[in-house]
Amino acid sequence: MPLEKVTRVAGKGVYVPGDDIDTDRIIPARYLRCITFEGLGEFLFYDERKHEDGTDKSHPLNDSRHRDAVIFLSGENFGCGSSREHAPQSIYRWGIRAVIAESFGEIFFGNSTKLGMPCLTASAGEINKLAAEIKKNPELQIEIDIISAVVSYGDYTFQAGFPDGVRHSLVEGRWDPLAELLEGAKEVKQVAASLSYFNT
Amino acid sequence: MSENLYNKVWEAHAVRRLANGQTQLLIGTHLIHEVTSPQAFSMLRELGVPVRYPGRTFATVDHIVPTDESEEPYSDKLADEMIKALRVNCDEFGITFFDLKSGKQGIVHIIGPELGITQPATTIACGDSHTSTHGAFGAIAFGIGTTEVRDLLATQTIAMDKHKVRRINVDGELSPGVYAKDVILHIIRVLGVKGGLGYAYEYGGEVFDRFTMDERMTVCNMTIEGGARCGYINPDDTTFRYLKGRPYSPKGPAWEEAVENWRSIASDPGCAYDDVVNIRAEDIAPTVTWGINPGQALFIDENIPDPENCPEEQRASIEEALAHMKLEPGSPIRGTHVDVAFIGSCTNARLSDFKEVAQYLEGRRVADNVKAIAVPGSQGVGVLAEELGIAQVFRDAGFEWRNAGCSMCLAMNPDKLVGDQLCASSSNRNFKGRQGSPTGRTVLMSPLMVAAAAVTGEISDAREVFDLQITAGA
Repeated sequence: MPLEKVTRVAGKGVYVPGDDIDTDRIIPARYLRCITFEGLGEFLFYDERKHEDGTDKSHPLNDSRHRDAVIFLSGENFGCGSSREHAPQSIYRWGIRAVIAESFGEIFFGNSTKLGMPCLTASAGEINKLAAEIKKNPELQIEIDIISAVVSYGDYTFQAGFPDGVRHSLVEGRWDPLAELLEGAKEVKQVAASLSYFNT
Repeated sequence: MSENLYNKVWEAHAVRRLANGQTQLLIGTHLIHEVTSPQAFSMLRELGVPVRYPGRTFATVDHIVPTDESEEPYSDKLADEMIKALRVNCDEFGITFFDLKSGKQGIVHIIGPELGITQPATTIACGDSHTSTHGAFGAIAFGIGTTEVRDLLATQTIAMDKHKVRRINVDGELSPGVYAKDVILHIIRVLGVKGGLGYAYEYGGEVFDRFTMDERMTVCNMTIEGGARCGYINPDDTTFRYLKGRPYSPKGPAWEEAVENWRSIASDPGCAYDDVVNIRAEDIAPTVTWGINPGQALFIDENIPDPENCPEEQRASIEEALAHMKLEPGSPIRGTHVDVAFIGSCTNARLSDFKEVAQYLEGRRVADNVKAIAVPGSQGVGVLAEELGIAQVFRDAGFEWRNAGCSMCLAMNPDKLVGDQLCASSSNRNFKGRQGSPTGRTVLMSPLMVAAAAVTGEISDAREVFDLQITAGA
């Protein structure tokens, strides 16, 4: 099945400030009690967004002006902690299509890429500047050119960080690696045969 | 040419270069559990793809298992459903499943080593970030997402980027009452929770040379909390002694051959690392966390940080952590009231953890108003703890002694904090809401420090509570 070529993400942005936002915060473990990823969008940042009685807390994602944002901004080490793919799945199912942060938890980064959701890095300065513009004008249109990793809004552009390999996968529509991995079956068999523990 | 273990194991498992420059890496051993695998099996069914090497995947249930009921059906219907789904998946695809009735069920990172499935010179992956635990044996072991679980089931490989390698030496001698848990909490405190991004950690030095396998596992387990996806220790005689005779360990002539191979993959003397960090064992004291990530830690005698006296860029996160933890800036952490004491998790629920605590807990009582629970990491640990009288020591002291599972480490089963309860915990994460209540508070520490907190009802120095000789440290 041909995958979508992710060459451009454009639309409104939402900024959730903070460093070291872990995957437990992105989606609390009790919402992992399921056997599908469907419906996880509504539990995104649940305990940050909701009081225990289910009423809304003040949170950027609860602000109706940001409800249809597609670009998510945060701080350092975003998505650290557990390997749960439920975290990027809930972000994606909320409607987000790209994340910009200072740095990312490594497993989260890989999980996001394999969903076709790019995670780009930027300095605190660029993120704060963009966040300030979103605050002034929540309708601000932001565009990420995935091919060049250039982010633009208004008259302003900046270069984001994005590893070449990941960029290649997204731009070529090969972000789901399974088809390519299956193609290597013969070589896999050879390597497996060379490992004694594999064959016991 | 001299080479480190990481590079040697990587080279032995690298299949080919992918179009995007990543490596197709063979994963020799795949571990699965009930939470992160069901969607992967559904994807395989949708694609009509079989499991390529079913003999190299091993399954158990741990996250969702109720620890206070022993018979199915559980009163938790969702738990029942998830356990059944895994049973069906393993049955359909021909995967070995250490089920609840097998006597071998337990936390995936505890049973892998226990059964001898975890071996040096291998690659190991699991849809669980604490897969780094298995690095204690000289394996390259790391957590993966569910789409990668699918890839692994379908091809026995994943697409992966190579890490840089940081060698972390801990030399000298640990003081009494300072444990492997304190060593890793200290390392994370020194290097930060994002210090390990892009790195594999190789732990070494005199302290690691002397450590038992259980202690090595405690350290490797929390590697991910320092931002590094995998951490390992070079295999040595301690490793081989541990593995000899285990159910899945090589037998007969294959054993000698395996040991020879395992020795050869250890990092060569003088090999290169991308970074080296040196830590003195004498500088480490019993360590506890005060905040909402494992790097926000201090020695038991230190005071909680005051944002006023901290660099400006740290202020917001310190204030956020203090607000959640309801702790007073600048005041001592010791003496903080404790509601719950939890000894368990893939970090500290091995027999040696309970044995160490039991020798000090005997004849003591858990303080009034403290709920104390001890959860063995596996059915095997549970049985041995009963046979050795260790479980009874815990019960006599007022602990609830439970069945094996992840339990209150992440509260996916009924073991949860209530409201803003504060839990002295031997687990690995103090994230907001981690133990099941959005306002719950977690203070990470070694099992003996948890026992000290349980007995006194407040965060305490185990060395004083249990009269250990303090020779050095803060």
